[in-house]
Amino acid sequence: MSAIIKVENLTRIFDVSKPWLNRMIERQPKALLTAVSEVSFDVERNSVYALVGESGSGKSTIGKIIVGLVAPSEGTVEVEGVDLASESDADKIDAVRADIQMIFQDPYASLNPRWRVRDIIAEPVAARGGKTAGLAERLLEQVGLSAADAGKYPHEFSGGQRQRICIARALSSEPKIIVCDEPTSALDVSVQSQVLNLMSDLREEFGLTYLFISHDLTVVHHMADMIGVLYLGRLVEEAPRDRLFSAPKHPYTQMLFDAAPRMDAFGREVEPPKGEIPDAINPPSGCAFHPRCPLAIPRCSQERPEMRKIGQTRVACHMAE
Amino acid sequence: MAETRVETRAGARPSRLRRAWQSDFTWSFRHSPVAVAAFGVVMILILGAVFAPLIAPHNPFNPATLNLMNGFTPPGQANEFTGELFLLGTDDQGRDVFSTILYGMRISLFVGVSAVLLAMLLGVMLGLMAGYVGGWTESIIMRVADVQLTFPAILVAMLIFGIAKGITPPEYRNEMAIWVLILAIGLSDWVQFARVVRGATLVEKNKEYVQAAKLIGRSPFAIMLRHILPNVLNPVLVIATISLALAIIAEATLSFLGVGAPPTKPSLGTLIRIGQEFMFSGEWWILLFPATTLLALALSINLMGDWLRDALNPRLR
Amino acid sequence: MTDTPVLSVRDLTVEIPTRHGVLRPVDDMSFDIHAGEIMGVVGESGAGKSMTGNAVIGLLDPPARIVSGEVLLSGTPVHKLKGDALRRLRGKRMGMIFQDPQTSLNPLLTVGDQLSETILEHLNVTQQEARKRAIAALEEVGIPAARQRIGSYPHEFSGGMRQRVVIALALCAEPDLVIADEPTTALDVSVQAQIIALLKRLCRDRGVAVMLVTHDMGVIAEAADRVAVMYAGRMAELGPVREVLTNARHPYTAGLMESTPLASQGRKRLRQIPGAMPRLGALPGGCAFSPRCDYAQDRCRQEPGPTLKRCDGRAACWFPLNTAAKEEAKA
Repeated sequence: MSAIIKVENLTRIFDVSKPWLNRMIERQPKALLTAVSEVSFDVERNSVYALVGESGSGKSTIGKIIVGLVAPSEGTVEVEGVDLASESDADKIDAVRADIQMIFQDPYASLNPRWRVRDIIAEPVAARGGKTAGLAERLLEQVGLSAADAGKYPHEFSGGQRQRICIARALSSEPKIIVCDEPTSALDVSVQSQVLNLMSDLREEFGLTYLFISHDLTVVHHMADMIGVLYLGRLVEEAPRDRLFSAPKHPYTQMLFDAAPRMDAFGREVEPPKGEIPDAINPPSGCAFHPRCPLAIPRCSQERPEMRKIGQTRVACHMAE
Repeated sequence: MAETRVETRAGARPSRLRRAWQSDFTWSFRHSPVAVAAFGVVMILILGAVFAPLIAPHNPFNPATLNLMNGFTPPGQANEFTGELFLLGTDDQGRDVFSTILYGMRISLFVGVSAVLLAMLLGVMLGLMAGYVGGWTESIIMRVADVQLTFPAILVAMLIFGIAKGITPPEYRNEMAIWVLILAIGLSDWVQFARVVRGATLVEKNKEYVQAAKLIGRSPFAIMLRHILPNVLNPVLVIATISLALAIIAEATLSFLGVGAPPTKPSLGTLIRIGQEFMFSGEWWILLFPATTLLALALSINLMGDWLRDALNPRLR
Repeated sequence: MTDTPVLSVRDLTVEIPTRHGVLRPVDDMSFDIHAGEIMGVVGESGAGKSMTGNAVIGLLDPPARIVSGEVLLSGTPVHKLKGDALRRLRGKRMGMIFQDPQTSLNPLLTVGDQLSETILEHLNVTQQEARKRAIAALEEVGIPAARQRIGSYPHEFSGGMRQRVVIALALCAEPDLVIADEPTTALDVSVQAQIIALLKRLCRDRGVAVMLVTHDMGVIAEAADRVAVMYAGRMAELGPVREVLTNARHPYTAGLMESTPLASQGRKRLRQIPGAMPRLGALPGGCAFSPRCDYAQDRCRQEPGPTLKRCDGRAACWFPLNTAAKEEAKA
């Protein structure tokens, strides 16, 4: 097994300050939002790596950095041994670009409403001057639509069908990696299962690697081999799926599991988790989770925990064992 | 009966023409009497202007056909000297008012349409760039636009007209007048296109289809032209229609003030200027008919623009 | 349950006339909600669940209108009320919680002012009393330091706190019925759990009847006492939550349950319901679910699906399933 994506010490800081004139008048310092903070992980070839987290956890930003839509502030991302941010060889960059594709959350915004489906699907190939004859039709059938749909416009399709078109577009340049950013969270349950099944089938057929970004634990449990849990831009725990679900080590992971609504928990009466996700502009000191953590000790508010390996699990917590 | 059978055999999808006829857009047009009436008036006027050489009974620009004896013939009455009949009367030089209106409209429409096209091209390009590139490019473009907006458009047009006139050699002035007019009105009108396109671009560029194009590695130029441009054209169309009415009026105003189309090639505005000299001496028709035509043209184009804005606004559907 | 239900919806039908024909987003819905009960209304987008809530509280956007059926609030019909009478009723006897806490609060007024305004309008109390009650309402929904926060503006609260304020606002005039339309959809998992717990507590402590509209089966399972499953404007199944979720009688409910990934099932392939919910303008003939239904027979394709009244009152299906029996047979 070898890593197809290597993420090392990745940090991304966004400047979200007001214009300098406002800052001068209101005497406010620059506001810097740390969306991703010192995150490291490897994605194995032909596996599904899932990033889970609530809003503000930085999971989408990591996805965008990996596909090259956002530049990292610090740290590196290597895809097939090529670092997109520092590589100077244009051919190599182009090759990696073709190897990595993305599926977005909103199937209504991710297809250009003025383009025919045929042109949308073939664009990744056409943009590189490749041959596109019959390509869209073939891919449409592969994702469960009909070849005759190629001449239609996106508005003629339902949300689930649009997401299939997005998948067909992602497949057209014959990528090795697909970053899936909440691919089913805008879909209804009955349609979600169709799309998830399709993605599983395609992965086997084409030997794809998925980086699966989601907030939905049930979906992640269904899809992932390896799961990384993010909190406030930091990777707090990483473990193989079964390991993570049977023995979560980080208190945040445990809280997340307890809070998720369960279909078999009729009238469950549990104490809901305390507090809310803190402001990412002024994150808590030390471990970002300590203000909400039931196990917190003074050390947690002073010292940021390092990633430690416990069995198959990597966890960033002083108390975990 | 036969028709239904043909349709079923052809498949569930009706023909392109039929679909266009049944689309929301044409439906809203068919059910808006104001839009239909305005469209009718505009079409009649445009056709009249385009086919002026075929329709007009006289060529007012050919001095050989003019007879000074025909001057000041009232509408619908035979001239007392020559016995010739003019539908809308004649002006002081014996030119048929009906013909001058048709020919004048050609100039007014030509100048108006060309000026709007120029403004649109400029405004859309600059707006796209400002919205998509952002940063300093955006600041510079939008500040220039803001400064220009602080002056009335007609003043800006007069300024440009004055400068252009100053730098063209006197012998070309009459020929160049029309082109200078187009340039002046076009340059004074790009701002609203730029503002609207920039706003729409800011919305579109954050949509995921643009990100998908970026990640394929398409150039910013290709993304702007092929992806964003088609999606910001709706409001541009609405503004273009309303701008057309404004441009025709601006041209008339300039011509009325004597800085626009020359008397040898009169536009509607020039005709109105000529006509108002005779207003108080009793020859009302020389002013009234060109003025009414201008009013009808501008008003119907504006009404169409209003309808278009409502029809293309998804929130009002 | 012999007492009069707080909300009784009888044969409610909502229609929207369009130029392509009349759409029926709510078709012949009947259900009751009793005091202290949470009734879940679940369905996918386009099922008509939000429209049902809006029809009950009189918030239908024209041209949508109630064409038949009635809405009884503690026995009195309210579906014919208009203008002032409706406005007084809303707020006083019915509260509403929307999906997006961002847009359901006035950004220019402090939360204290919004709360006292509502209290003053519906209850006969003095200004000071209203303020006291506003603080109490904020405390009740779990906003820390309510006395200090009462002068804050909505944007000074986080998303979860804002939804708590919305809940306080819906409850401050002590209504009998609260309609919560996707109250947790815009929130994170941990906050969602807090809001659900809050809703359950308020419902129990104050005996409010709650209509909980959501697309999330998990939320329904945890919060609701009874559930109504909607499909294409019609009631597909109605019953106690545990019954419906573990022993679905309508094939649509069964399909929904099986297509949701469950942690206990592991990696096995998900069951799919083929196709998608039909658009209202293009409902298939017969039972609206028949083209997607594995068990559809000729009768389903020819006759419209039965209403709940016409069958066992549980599943609106000609051939209801018995999931539990099937599972047993398998085992």
